[in-house]
Amino acid sequence: MKRLILGMALVLCSILSGQANAGLEIVITEGTDSARPIAVVPFKWLGSGTAPYNFTDVVSSDLIRSGRFKPVALGQLPSRPSTDAEIENYTAWARLGVEAVLVGTVAEFAAGRYEVSYQLIDPLRGQITGGLSEYIQDEGLVSEQDHILDGRTSVVLESQFRQYAHRISDVVYEALTGERGAFLTRIAYVFVEPDARLPYQLMVSDYDGENARVLLRSPEPLMSPSWSPDGSKLAYVSFENQTAEIFIQDIYTTEREKLTSFPRINGSPAWSPDGTKMAMVLSKDGAPNIYVMDLASRNLKQVTDHWRIDTEPKWTPDGKSLVFTSERGGLPQVYRVDLDSARIRRTTFNGNSNLGGVVTPDGKGLVMVNRDGGFYHIARQDFPSGNFQQLTQTTLDESPSVAPNGSMIIYSTMHNNQQVLALVSMDGRFQARLPSKAGDVKAPAWSPFL
Amino acid sequence: MQISKLIKASVMALSVITLAACSSTSDDATTSTSSTSQTTQGSGVAGVETGAANRILTPAEERAQEREQQQQRYADLRKENVLYFAFDDASVRAEFAEILAAHADYLMRNPTATLVIEGHTDERGTPEYNIALGERRAKSVVDYMQSLGVNIRQMNMVSYGEEKPVVRQSNERAWSQNRRAVLVY
Repeated sequence: MKRLILGMALVLCSILSGQANAGLEIVITEGTDSARPIAVVPFKWLGSGTAPYNFTDVVSSDLIRSGRFKPVALGQLPSRPSTDAEIENYTAWARLGVEAVLVGTVAEFAAGRYEVSYQLIDPLRGQITGGLSEYIQDEGLVSEQDHILDGRTSVVLESQFRQYAHRISDVVYEALTGERGAFLTRIAYVFVEPDARLPYQLMVSDYDGENARVLLRSPEPLMSPSWSPDGSKLAYVSFENQTAEIFIQDIYTTEREKLTSFPRINGSPAWSPDGTKMAMVLSKDGAPNIYVMDLASRNLKQVTDHWRIDTEPKWTPDGKSLVFTSERGGLPQVYRVDLDSARIRRTTFNGNSNLGGVVTPDGKGLVMVNRDGGFYHIARQDFPSGNFQQLTQTTLDESPSVAPNGSMIIYSTMHNNQQVLALVSMDGRFQARLPSKAGDVKAPAWSPFL
Repeated sequence: MQISKLIKASVMALSVITLAACSSTSDDATTSTSSTSQTTQGSGVAGVETGAANRILTPAEERAQEREQQQQRYADLRKENVLYFAFDDASVRAEFAEILAAHADYLMRNPTATLVIEGHTDERGTPEYNIALGERRAKSVVDYMQSLGVNIRQMNMVSYGEEKPVVRQSNERAWSQNRRAVLVY
């Protein structure tokens, strides 16, 4: 049975990759594939010559990568409508089993500017109403096209094509799931090219790895990028002065400032949800402990004081407590400290140890690295306690970071002796690997909504 | 920085000189023995010889020679500057005691010299946890050296965690080489 599913997954994989996104490898692990079929019809180019951009390629890839949707192969589409009016027979689309049909047009508006129109259609509703539903309200008969779930028209600059395609994905995702899409977000990560003159590079890219830009190149290691809540700055650790120091850098102006340079460890910076404080790890007084710095006054407050390792502080969404990794019980486990009362409670109990805990944006889940029998996997449990689930089967997983809508986790893992980035959906059913050039990719941090 | 470079250069120069000295003495010894045997054979007369070349050393000379040999051995040992650790462990293994003693001896005889102890881990576990573990390794080396009498002010530590592996592979052999402390002057 497992083999069958795997076989099907491989076939699906080749179809999908052939269709939309050649670089992305898709691995569906176990359980049934819960992705819902959707029809993404290539937008019709109303000008002469070839279309300036393939919006639906990007949209399809986004929807596949969300793990929620499965665009049907183009060859299976009954026709290629570009507007709702061009759909002659809703039944044919309903029979495809798709939950929605995305259609659209692209036309030249002025030099370098294009008008993009699209509609998201519910074929089942269309089949019932025939494209026009009528009902009696107050003064009489009202008719409306309630089978059109969403539809928009915008003028887009050529340079904004890719961004706008992600915007369409956001609209589709939200219309069909009721949840905000996270396709217009970014990731920060560290790229290591061992043989380069400056091997360590701090990168920022779109969430899908496209548009990667170097924010900093260094001869010495860079670690732990963390986003400011407005998505304009990154805090990170740099060893450029042969010691660990925390820096803050503006991703637009690329201006940077040194935040801390205490003796020994300056690590694991984490911005508070309101942006006024930075949690961090310092070992200036002995063992690594958790501190919180007020960014305006630079006042430092010690949060934990234990002779064994405390590290990896992350804020709960309400900003009232931190989760962190501690060895105080013997092996590393995730603990939670209430910042007002300073009360500390252990939250993880599964496997040998748990590290790198991060609370999901809704505050109801804890994502972490679970070590069990020598394996390191990404796992999720209810927060602060409850149901525990291992999400990944890859090896040496670390540095999980959650999308701002809570739908996906990005993390780093080993593949062919290289560190690469991978995505896993919050239910563990969908997993994808992001392609990378030669070198190690690590420490991913998913941006907030931008 | 400059000073440490100078020291490094002089240490290397010194070792080259001593090596050269070693080889030349042994050469002299072989040639001299062969020539003596030749003269003995050539003259055909058996006479008396004092053991001047191989005489018994006075206690003072013996101590001086021991000291010299010890210094020589320490200088050789100081060329070793990497210690390895067991998984998730920071204790200094007995096999590295002599290397650390050699470095401690040098630091005590050169109070202006400073040493940076780098702590490193293998890639398993999270990067932030490994930074803490790397520091624990560096710290246990510092503690050990301090117990040998080295002034704490002569030692600095920096943990690179899993960020600077020497072997970029994911297997037990690579991991065991990456779990290390490195002494840098």
